[in-house]
This record gives sequence, C-alpha cells and structure tokens, in this order.
Amino acid sequence: MGPFLDFNPFDNLLCILLGISFTVWFTLLLVFIIVPAIFGVSFGIRRLYMKTLLKIFEWATHRIERGAKDNNHLLYKPYSNAIIAKEPTSLEEEINEIRRRGSNRDLDSASEFEMSDIFYFCRRGVESIMDDEVTKRFSAEELESWNLLTRSNYNFQHISLRLTVLWGLGVVIRYGFLLPLRMKNFLSEQVHLMCYRICVRALTAIITYHDSENKPKNGGICVANHTSPIDVIILASDGCYAMVGQIHGGLMGVIQKSMVKACPHIWFERSEVKDRHLVAKRLSDHVEDTTKLPILIFPEGTCINNTSVMMFKKGSFEIGSTVYPVAIKYDPRFGDAFWNSSQFGMVNYLLRMMSSWAIVCSVWYLPPMTREEGEDAVKFASRVKAAIARQGGLVDLLWDGGLKRGKVKDTFKEEQQKLYSKMLVGTQEDRSRS
Amino acid sequence: MGSTNSTLSKIPNVEELMQETGFTPAHIVRLYDRFEALDKEKTGHLRPQDFGAINRLAMNPIGDRIIGAFFSPGQETVDFHSFVRILAHFRPADKKRPKDPSMPEPVNSRTSKLKFAFQLYDQDKDGKISRAELLQVLRSMLEMQVTEEQLESIADRTIQEADLDKDDAISFEEFRKSLEKVNIDHKMSIRFLR
Repeated sequence: MGPFLDFNPFDNLLCILLGISFTVWFTLLLVFIIVPAIFGVSFGIRRLYMKTLLKIFEWATHRIERGAKDNNHLLYKPYSNAIIAKEPTSLEEEINEIRRRGSNRDLDSASEFEMSDIFYFCRRGVESIMDDEVTKRFSAEELESWNLLTRSNYNFQHISLRLTVLWGLGVVIRYGFLLPLRMKNFLSEQVHLMCYRICVRALTAIITYHDSENKPKNGGICVANHTSPIDVIILASDGCYAMVGQIHGGLMGVIQKSMVKACPHIWFERSEVKDRHLVAKRLSDHVEDTTKLPILIFPEGTCINNTSVMMFKKGSFEIGSTVYPVAIKYDPRFGDAFWNSSQFGMVNYLLRMMSSWAIVCSVWYLPPMTREEGEDAVKFASRVKAAIARQGGLVDLLWDGGLKRGKVKDTFKEEQQKLYSKMLVGTQEDRSRS
Repeated sequence: MGSTNSTLSKIPNVEELMQETGFTPAHIVRLYDRFEALDKEKTGHLRPQDFGAINRLAMNPIGDRIIGAFFSPGQETVDFHSFVRILAHFRPADKKRPKDPSMPEPVNSRTSKLKFAFQLYDQDKDGKISRAELLQVLRSMLEMQVTEEQLESIADRTIQEADLDKDDAISFEEFRKSLEKVNIDHKMSIRFLR
C-alpha cells in the first residue's frame, strides 16, 4: 500500500496543475487577443515583447561570437554577403581610364578601339561569375544577429549550455504556445476587418502605419511592393480593398473563396492572366465604378526578398486611374517574411511564418500619383517604383522579377553593345567630318 | 553551412589549392558556396549551361568567351579546383613577393593575367591573334551597331599598330608590348572582401 500512496497525490497534483494552466492559458488568449481585436484596442504588450526579444537576441549573438573566438572557429559573417568589392564605374569611365593610362598617342585620337578594352568586359564577366546581384536578391537576407531561429543562422553549434537551453525554451514556446494559438486564430472566418486584425495579432505583427492621410480611396488602384502573401493581410487590416490575383489551389484557394463572399474581389485563372486585354478590361470596369473598393495590386509579379524593388510590370499602370503607392518594409530581425515560391510550398511557408517570433514591418502610404501627359505606362511604372523604393529604403533595381524563372532578354546585351559602339564610332564620325 | 573549417574539410586537397592559388580559407569557402549555388543539379561539376544561367554574364558581349576560358579543350565539365584556379588569375598581385626566377610564375602575376586576356582573343590557341580572330571579337563587342567596313577598318588599324614583325597577326609578345603602359594589375583584378 505504501508505494501507491506515494504516487496518488502526485498524479492528482499534476492533473490539477495541467487543468489550471490550460484554463489560465485559454482565458489569457481570450482576454488579451480576441477581445482587443474586436475593439481595435492595443495593450502595448506586443511592443514590450519586441523590446525584450531584441535584448535576448543581442545577448545570444554575443555569446556565439565569444564562443567562436574561444574555439578559434572562423565565423561566417552573414551581413556582408558579398564576396567581392564591385566598382560602380560605368563602361565609358573605365574604358577611358584604361586608355588614358596605356595609350601611346595623345588624347585627341584616343577614343578608338584598343586591345585593352577587352579588360573591362573580361573583368565584369568574371565578377558576375563570382558574385551575382540578381541571385543574391533571391536568397533570404542573412542576419547580423542571430534571432534564435536556426533557419536564419549558419553558425549554430553547441556554444554553451545556457544558450542551448534558451534555444530549447524558445522552441517550446514557439511551437507549443504561439503556433497552436495562431493556427486557431488564423482559420477563423468573421467580419472582414476583424478577421484580418486577429490575423495580424496572431502573427504578433507589429505594424507601423505612416501617413494614413494618403490611404487609398474608392475608385483608385493601390500599388505596393511584394514580399510575401502576408502583405495582403497587413494592408487589408487597415482598410478594405478589392483583391486581384490568381487563383491558387489548396489552402490559399479556400481562403480566397471565403474572402470573395465578404467583398467583391477579382480572381483570375492562370490562363486568363495571359490575356492582358481581358485583365485590363475587368480592372478598368471595376475602377470606373466609384462605389467599389480600391484595387490592391502587386505589380512585381513574384516575391522579392524585401531588400529591393524590382521592375514593375506595366499592365496595372495602363488603366489610367489614380495610383496610390504603398511601401512595405519588413524588419528582418524578427522573422524573415520572404517566400521563395520555387523553394517552399505555401503550407511550409505558413508554418515558418507562424512559428517565428514576430512580424515587424512598416507601411508607408505615399501621396497619390497619376499618369502625366505624354508619359507611357512603362515610365509611369518606373516613377511609382522609384517613389516606393525611396520611401522604404529599398534598392531600386532594374531587373525584371521574372528573371528568377526565365532568361535575360537580348535587349540588355544590345544595350551594352550600343554603349560601347557609341564610344568608338561616334568619335570616328567626328573625325571624318573635320 | 556551418563554420569555415567544416566546409573546408569537404573539399579534397584544399591545402594544395590554397598554396597554388594564394586564396585564404575564407575566400575558398565563399567560392565553394558560390560553386555550389551555380551547380544546381549537385553533380560536383559545372557545365557551360550553369554559367549561362548567370544573367549578368549572358548580357556581357564576350560572355561566351569567358565561359570558354574555364573549360580546357575537349573538356565538358569544370570541377571546383579548376574553377578556383581560373578565378585565381584575378587575385590582386602580391606586392611583397620577391622576384624569384626559379619559382614558377604565380597565377596572378601580370604575365599570367595578360596570357588570360590573350586567350580570349586567340580562340584557336595557335599563339597568335589573326585578323579574323580580331574581327570576331570586334563583332561580338559591337554586333549590329557598326557596319562591316567600320569593323574591318578598326581591325586593320589595330593590327597595323601592334604588329611589329609584319606577319599580319599579333603574337603574345607584341600583345604584351602594346599594353606596356596599361596598369594590368588594377584592371584585371577583383578585390575580395576580407
């Protein structure tokens, strides 16, 4: 009888503890998340959470660096992911410099072909073999400080017991606490804004909206740079939009269908997307009706990793209504929102998103822009893109987002050739005239 | 990826490679990562198509020639060692190295760099840049932008100036002489970060 008496009280105690903690957890959930979401009130807890997280990350990074130094390991420094120092000089500058130094003749007749011209092209070519800007754009941004997610860290090793325990605790919290919380919240179907606000809180998204006076109005088009499907949630929690997009299969498709019931959205099949006239007609019909919500469009066409803004496809800019640009920038310290669709599927991505610490981002509403007289769609698109890139502190790249999937167009090679020939032939013509 | 040491241990004969090329362990690791990124099918070798996937290179007028420089005649693949050896040509010259005639020419010396550039012109590897080969390079660099006559006149003038023994071709020595004053080290070097 002795041993039995020992076990029983323990068992009971355990059950009671579990019961209590579950109830407490559930109540907290209700009180702190759902109720404020309904009323749009914030408790400021998330900001505190963010500050604490930052402090912990800093400490963790120091420990890793110290540990690595002690063990004499070379750390893979993630923040400078460039291999080589690229000189930003242009073709003309460089070739002129090579010639000026190496020419045996005087400067007048110097602008003609020299054997040394090939050095410029040769070096540029080898530079691109060693380190390629576009490929870099498409790999997830590496972080300077480790945020306790092994997926962002390449130096993960057993440095100290304390660090491992902290990491273990982090895993437990994230997968056991934050993840189920978010799963439940994420799938709820309620009124449009409330639904999105819950999602936002569920992802522990701390979003700072700037310049809300420029928020898009009915009958306009809202254009934003695109990093992840979360962009949609972030924008939609602050205003109602009509979405345009391609119908996805799977989980996303179900969500899309449910959204259509709440608001009139515009969904296309992938094949319809190729028919640009059809798309343009449907969009302009929607826009002309001023009672309809502003359309939300991501012109880049694919997910970029949030350090740059790639070429905007001109289709959305041909429609001719007011464009409200929006810049979205994620803070990569808390969770990488970038989705490489050729590497991860949607569910995999969502899992990663939901088990990150938090999503912190800033949204800037820029003043509305319209296409000017004599400006074609491409120029207009570039203007909007430049404004967005400037605001978000992103690099304005000329590359087409489609490069991730396709090959570069021949027009770029021609550009290089044109530049070079202008240097040579241009001056030859001058000489023959004189 | 892990620390540098674990990546280095994956590469066979890495000590020899570092000795030969002068790259530091950190450089080798970065180049190895780059090699793996280019080798999409994880075969351990690169083929011309893998280079072709680099967009900036496809845009380069002499991109094909540069790719060709990586592959020895008859070879269709490039392994990591050869990859690094070719890239070593672009390492900035070691200023402090004493000129020791008994040692083999280091791979990033002025002469080696010149030889690399020379082979971009001299595709049939006969040691001379013929008029036809020069025209081919000009055509790649200028394509549709100039007429055939303009190309020919440029080629003629260039050969006239550089060809000292009047055999209507430019040998390596003549090539080297015509580029005496050019700062090859500066123009054919790529600075590595750390």
